[in-house]
Amino acid sequence: MPDLRPAPLGAVLTGTGVSPGTGVGPVVHLAGAVPEPPPARHGGTPEDARAERAAATAALEAVAAELSERGAQAAAAGNAEARDVLEALAMMARDVELAEAIAGRIDAGLAAPRAVFEAFAGYRRMLAGAGEYLAARVADLDDVRDRALARLLGLPMPGVPRRSEPFVLVARDLAPADTVALDPERVVAFVTEEGGPTSHTAILARALGVPAVVACPGCTELAEGAVVLVDGSTGTVRIDPPATGVRAARRRRRPPAASPGPGATKDGHPVPLLANIGGPQDVRAALEAGAEGIGLYRTEFLFLDRADPPSQAEQQAAYRAVLEAFPQGRVVVRTLDAGADKPLGFLPPPGDEPNPALGERGLRMLRRHPQVLEAQLGALARAAAGLSARLEVMAPMVTDAEEARAFAAACTAAGIEHAGVMVEVPAAALRAGDLAAEVEFLSIGTNDLAQYTCAADRQLGALAHLQDPWQPAVLDLVALTAAAAADAGRGCGVCGEAAADPLLACVLVGLGVTSLSMSASALPAVRAALARHTLAECRSAAAAARAARSAGRARAAARAHLPAPVEPGA
Amino acid sequence: MTQRQVRIRSRVGLHARPAALFVQTAAKAPMEVTVAKVGGRPVNAKSILAVLGLDARCGEEIVITAEGESAERLLDELEAAVNAEADGA
Repeated sequence: MPDLRPAPLGAVLTGTGVSPGTGVGPVVHLAGAVPEPPPARHGGTPEDARAERAAATAALEAVAAELSERGAQAAAAGNAEARDVLEALAMMARDVELAEAIAGRIDAGLAAPRAVFEAFAGYRRMLAGAGEYLAARVADLDDVRDRALARLLGLPMPGVPRRSEPFVLVARDLAPADTVALDPERVVAFVTEEGGPTSHTAILARALGVPAVVACPGCTELAEGAVVLVDGSTGTVRIDPPATGVRAARRRRRPPAASPGPGATKDGHPVPLLANIGGPQDVRAALEAGAEGIGLYRTEFLFLDRADPPSQAEQQAAYRAVLEAFPQGRVVVRTLDAGADKPLGFLPPPGDEPNPALGERGLRMLRRHPQVLEAQLGALARAAAGLSARLEVMAPMVTDAEEARAFAAACTAAGIEHAGVMVEVPAAALRAGDLAAEVEFLSIGTNDLAQYTCAADRQLGALAHLQDPWQPAVLDLVALTAAAAADAGRGCGVCGEAAADPLLACVLVGLGVTSLSMSASALPAVRAALARHTLAECRSAAAAARAARSAGRARAAARAHLPAPVEPGA
Repeated sequence: MTQRQVRIRSRVGLHARPAALFVQTAAKAPMEVTVAKVGGRPVNAKSILAVLGLDARCGEEIVITAEGESAERLLDELEAAVNAEADGA
């Protein structure tokens, strides 16, 4: 429970501002964690045991009923995802094995609260020890346990409080389960004692456009109901602010949705926003635009205009400079993409190719010169050694699963953990499931995919209307690829120009694409467009675009299905 | 005793909505129902926590076991629940 000592008038708490803007209102605390019940025992008679079992069962059933009821409300409001989350929590509260574990402990003499706590702890250990998905269920399990314990112990129910007036929500930290029931119209700011710029609180706040300050020591000791002025830009929380400050904050509109930080839809579905770069010189612009990493590092610049391949040391330095810039992020490097259309002095094309776009380029060229690929992969592996950035390496111009497997094997041999392939060839998109089985991720190159799908040379201006990523056939192939990747549990990014179009970016997310990479300058507009739309809206726009019969109609249909403006400056 | 080996095709594996559907279906049956990974220890198919704890993922195979007259029909329903999402339900 929060300490209710009054803080001195006009005092200021300081934390880290993670979502800009100001909000003013009375403090409402998220009910504190339910304390661990002591290992108390009941009276020991069969009647005592029966009464304790009944109390435990009643508490769990009440929790399940409340969660189901909230699930039904969410479903009625059209939020099927929240309904599923809440219904799953209700099922945990009604779990037959959990009930047996509790009854067994009560029969062994434990009082109901301790028996509940220990039975949950057994499942908690099991889930926490399993995979990543299950680790996330631990928070759900804790939520159900705390609700049951709060009922048994007569404590305030955990979860987001409901108020009819706007308020500032203060908590130690916010978990996803806390925020399912959040009413963004009532919460004018978040303040948490823990968390960082990438915490759930920060992502949610930015997605909702609510100012937030995290890592703010002392905030949980604020008096309930005290009026505070929260500035999510400077990271300050002013207690009992002067009236002028309050009026100014109330007058100010919500912050623009074009806030920096991780990409996400309006409802908090994360979509990592990455930058396309050609070398270390582009890193600064990527960081300034808030890129979460690099989604396409074109390595050709190192190799162009020279008679000999760059040395291992030179390559390693160029890769390391980029990896060091994103200690928390990922850097996706594309191996050398050369061919008759992008000739290199030391890698002459095997012969005169009348149609270079369909010739020995990309991975096809590298398989003819395995020593060049080996040298590049070796330099990449050494560049990443000892760094925290996640290095992912992908091959261009991959056509089938056999090529994907050979590339993955070359990466493994070089000591690179995360290998992927680009999907630019329609054959690769149509059989994306086969490719996804061989590598860790797919990345769609929309420019080449459009060129090959519509058989329209990128170099020919007269065919520009056929090189349009809005061509429904191209959208179909993107959807097919994303679905196959998802089925295999793989990520599927887009790193072509299509990702830089805010409207198309929303559609790509709706088609199932999991990350977007673009030139740094396009990032703010795309981030803003995503933040204004829910995943469901993106999906509906994607479905509408695919139902259209031309590129122009697909674009118009998508725009008609996205309620908020998507163009820059809108 | 009736057994069936089922390959999980739902991309989330036997988690989230498929797991909920699976457990809800099993819970309606009067008889005991267990589920295991191939070669693994069977767990109570009527317990969401036990089923989640299997951590059965997309592409893996599970063995569902039930007894009694209507076991075949129940196994049909359970198999459908496992892959309802993959089959577009």
